Amino acid sequence: MAKHIQTIVKANLSSTVKTGGCGKCQTSCQSACKTSCTVGNQVCVK
Amino acid sequence: MLDLLSNNEYSVKKNVHSYRQGDLFIAHDVNSGSLHILDEDTYEVLKAVEELQEASKQVNEEGIRQLLWQSGNQLTVEELSEIVGELGELRQQGTLFSREADQVLPTYPEKPIVKAICLHVAHDCNLRCKYCFAETGAFGGSRSMMDLETGKKGIDFVLDLSGHRNHCEVDFFGGEPLLNFGLIRSLVEYGRKAAADRDKTIKFTLTTNGILLNDKIQEYLEQEDISVVLSLDGRPEVHDRMRPFSDGRGSYAKVTPLIKQFAAKRPESSPYALGTYYYVRGTYTHFNPDFDQDVLHMADLGINQISVEPVVASPEAPYAFQEGDLEKICEAYDRLGEEYLSRRGQDKEFNFFHFNVALDQGPCMIKRLSGCGAGHEYVAISPEGDLYPCHQFVGQEDYKLGSLYAENPNQLKEEIVKSFRSAHIYKKPLCRECWARFACSGGCHAANVSFTKSLTDVYTLGCELQKKRLEVALYLKIKEIQHNHNPLSLV
Ligand code: SF4
Ligand code: SF4
Repeated sequence: MAKHIQTIVKANLSSTVKTGGCGKCQTSCQSACKTSCTVGNQVCVK
Repeated sequence: MLDLLSNNEYSVKKNVHSYRQGDLFIAHDVNSGSLHILDEDTYEVLKAVEELQEASKQVNEEGIRQLLWQSGNQLTVEELSEIVGELGELRQQGTLFSREADQVLPTYPEKPIVKAICLHVAHDCNLRCKYCFAETGAFGGSRSMMDLETGKKGIDFVLDLSGHRNHCEVDFFGGEPLLNFGLIRSLVEYGRKAAADRDKTIKFTLTTNGILLNDKIQEYLEQEDISVVLSLDGRPEVHDRMRPFSDGRGSYAKVTPLIKQFAAKRPESSPYALGTYYYVRGTYTHFNPDFDQDVLHMADLGINQISVEPVVASPEAPYAFQEGDLEKICEAYDRLGEEYLSRRGQDKEFNFFHFNVALDQGPCMIKRLSGCGAGHEYVAISPEGDLYPCHQFVGQEDYKLGSLYAENPNQLKEEIVKSFRSAHIYKKPLCRECWARFACSGGCHAANVSFTKSLTDVYTLGCELQKKRLEVALYLKIKEIQHNHNPLSLV
């Protein structure tokens, strides 16, 4: 067990370069006047 | 392991964001999306590596220890090599110091696929909000209402241009769209039918200030499953200062009961804006850098889907952010994060939109590179039927994409489509080097253009705020996972 570092989330975002891009997701506007959905706050609908 | 960091091609600052939030030291591996908690020594080691790289110095144990000693940390040789060993293991696993994926750019068909439109059904408003980019509803033009013919053409436009996509989005926007409620009703009916004829569905959203949200309209929105975004800025004095009626009276007393009433109808609303949802959104300005108090005010009213965002204003506006605000705003995000945690599972808990990061079902890399889609996937339509890259560009002649009344309304001005499509993070010098790039996607085009006059230079104050809220959001995610004793493995 590691003494200095604890991994909380193991992810592999880079791999979605190959699997993603279906384009079914919602549009995401991040301005203050709308639903303000920054990409980072979205979920994938696949 | 340090050899990797010694060659200048791998920048730690760009690819691993380590920071302190609350009682934690956190490392976010940008390219894999992994998250780690560090002890203080390890945090300092990572910071020392960054510093050595920045100074173009050799990254080795000797150099790291020297820097640590200078700052009073007397880490021993053994401890340091233990830490370096652990860092190396994570690197092996691909969860730290991971490489950036090869640049895969989003590819688009020649003809844009528009999947969302913003229908400006009313360029008029019953309020005179001071920060409104629409210049109180008129968008630099004269006050006008969209007519039925234009609205129908708009719906046909998105159904045509969405190609093989089955789900389209239509947002009723303004000005104040409820000033043209009759049209909304007709278009929902028309849109449902026209979509069904083509085996498609339309998801409708309404963005409103709430003034006209009477029982009848509330009932209608419920019946028709229309998602609603409602504007409230928070505490009465904060709200009233920026959101008065034309005679100067504040609008808080009028809208708050209506918004509360409506929010209560949708207790199960999705924090990720899925399905039929409501959101109450506000804007904070120079006048309320302690906007956390406004969020909590709303939460205390029983509103639990909240989004409060920074105003985008020209620097001379009295409400524009000034020197010194940033620090206060960052403190407000910190306080809000802690309050968010302490209210979890309690009465008056709330969701704050920018604290939601769906690490496990987040969007794919391609989506993260391409951002909001304004100007090619998303188009705004003025009451006159003119087409613009998004609601914020409406009325700006230079950005006009076309018209529903043109000979071929489905033909969008190619050079504008191209310029928006190619304004992705790899084209923006600051974004390429920024640790937040895959969560932020390069900021808002409209804000960038208004501050820098360019689609590829970014609005840097916006960046600071973006990064701050992301730091808090990741911290909250870690806290939540710790609380459930269940580390996430997504590989
Ligand atoms: S350019 Fe800005 S305001 Fe327009 S859709 Fe994109 S994020 Fe939203
Ligand atoms: S817009 Fe700013 S915060 Fe966003 S990725 Fe670019 S540099 Fe980073």
